[in-house]
Amino acid sequence: MTTPVTTLAQSAAAATPAPLATRLRGLSDRSVAWLFVGPTMLLLLAINIFPLIWTIKLSFTNFRANRPNAEVLGVGIDNYVSVLTDPDIWVAMQTTAHFLFWTILLQVLLGFTLAWLIDRKFRGHGFWTTLILIPMMLSPAVVGNFWAFLYQPQMGLFNYAVSALTGIAPSSFSMLGSVRLAPWAIVIVDTWMWTPYVMLICLAGLRSIPDYIYEAAEVDRASPLRQFWSITLPMVLPFVMLAVLFRGIENFKMFDMVNLLTSGGPGSATELASITLKREAFEKWRTGYSSAFAVILFVAVFGMANIYVKALNAVKNR
Amino acid sequence: MSRTGISTAHSVVEPTSGTRGVAGALVVLYAVITLVPLLWIILTGFKTPSDAISYPPKVLFNPSIEGYCNLFTTRSRQTPEYIASLPPASGRCEQVARDTGTVVAGTSNYIPRFINSLIIAFGSTVLSVGFGVMAAYAFSRFKIPLKDDLLFFILSTRMMPPIAVAIPIYLMYRELGLSDTRLGMILLYSAVNVSLAVWLLKGFIDEIPREYEEAAMVDGYTRLQAFRKVVLPQATTGIVATAIFCLIFAWNEYAFAVLLTSGTAQTAPPFIPIIIGEGGQDWPAVAAGTTIFLVPILVFTILLRKHLLRGITFGAVRK
Repeated sequence: MTTPVTTLAQSAAAATPAPLATRLRGLSDRSVAWLFVGPTMLLLLAINIFPLIWTIKLSFTNFRANRPNAEVLGVGIDNYVSVLTDPDIWVAMQTTAHFLFWTILLQVLLGFTLAWLIDRKFRGHGFWTTLILIPMMLSPAVVGNFWAFLYQPQMGLFNYAVSALTGIAPSSFSMLGSVRLAPWAIVIVDTWMWTPYVMLICLAGLRSIPDYIYEAAEVDRASPLRQFWSITLPMVLPFVMLAVLFRGIENFKMFDMVNLLTSGGPGSATELASITLKREAFEKWRTGYSSAFAVILFVAVFGMANIYVKALNAVKNR
Repeated sequence: MSRTGISTAHSVVEPTSGTRGVAGALVVLYAVITLVPLLWIILTGFKTPSDAISYPPKVLFNPSIEGYCNLFTTRSRQTPEYIASLPPASGRCEQVARDTGTVVAGTSNYIPRFINSLIIAFGSTVLSVGFGVMAAYAFSRFKIPLKDDLLFFILSTRMMPPIAVAIPIYLMYRELGLSDTRLGMILLYSAVNVSLAVWLLKGFIDEIPREYEEAAMVDGYTRLQAFRKVVLPQATTGIVATAIFCLIFAWNEYAFAVLLTSGTAQTAPPFIPIIIGEGGQDWPAVAAGTTIFLVPILVFTILLRKHLLRGITFGAVRK
């Protein structure tokens, strides 16, 4: 270790132009710190915090972005009251909750199982793992768009596969056209796309368990099932929680994939919170009202983010 | 991960070859099923419009470049007499168009949209990684007041629902004349990505021993020179991995793009779904556009596979 540092130091000494060094020596670590953090903070203040404050301000007015010249009146907390008492908002929240519950449940079950299977370290597991990861790297919008093609009732591959497996006529059901099936259509696509994410985190959890714990359990003649319950599950749990929280936050704000797959339809069967927000803000142009809804969503996500960071630190400090 | 101290041929925790085989078969089955939708889209790009919507779905078909031609061109329908009177077709796409009773009228918007995607993705990546590496270094090495709160604030900006952020951004950009401009999108994506860049790069820089810079500074380097000549070269892998993550996000982004751009700065994701042919969506052209758009992502996924875990958990899980 000494040799490289010495050579590095020597070359450093040789390469340093003396006058410049003396000129900059005045720059204390404190100023360098602010100089380095400054640009990031400025960018976030301009593109995140300033707009956030603006949203809060708008949420107390009746402003409509498509009528910039109309008189803007303060309406107090009326927007918040009407958001929280609007039955459509609560339907959207229920739809979001259904979507969150089923996507997370399916992704954790499938993801954990896959991770456990991959951890058996069969030949070529690295190659197959990389292939499995591909869906989560794709653009959600493009994914939503091509799944709309696979879900076509007349010629879609999905209906064909279901009919080949179950014998149901492929034109007898429409995944995106039926109020009953559409919520499941978005759950299937999200699960297809994000199971690899949960799998990858679970795999890291499984690999973090040292072998000697299993060896000790083996010496104590613990059955494989017992080992799974008492060693594997508790040790992977923090990793699963991390994945669940992250998927929870991401799916709570879900917009792109569902917007292209169903645009919230048919009717409002798949209208998630973000899609309702987009309709209110950019189709009905109720800017004040939608700002109030946005602030409510902010607070919800911020709460979840808080828990998330605590969980991150818990995993990190293990 | 190697076991030590066990001299027997088989460790007690080593899965048996039977378990391994079954596990392998199940994983391969999942991988194949999960890749079918993707392969189907790639195949559809090489079908004719009628093959693409035939039932039962065609696995074997005569490959055609019509999808790719339709993606890049606009066409107009002409009478057979008019087409017969034209000189021989100059290109393959012209020939394909004439076979379907149309002539090529011009180029489509796909290439400009693709170029917008490239400029905006690279521009925002340079900004967010540049700002991010500086902030990450400061957070890694210096005592900054309220450090943990600042880091949490930076992360929380990424948790905001894009549509909620889009309302004031839309109004702000309208005031500033940044609506539907590449600069506006670059700034926006930089702000979204800088949080990821700071968190990821802080992890990478934390791993570089402080002794390297300290030795350089003892020998006369200033802090800034040590950062530039010692830390940055050591952090190259981390910087490249972070940059690819930022690129992928900006490349894939849809919500802001569809709400804030409509023409000159529109990227590929909002454009691909609205490729329309005669009588509805032109699925082979959409599939062709999708395939071209996805290829860079496939390449990046393979390049990144060792750092994926780190990237998707904001650096929380490293191995």
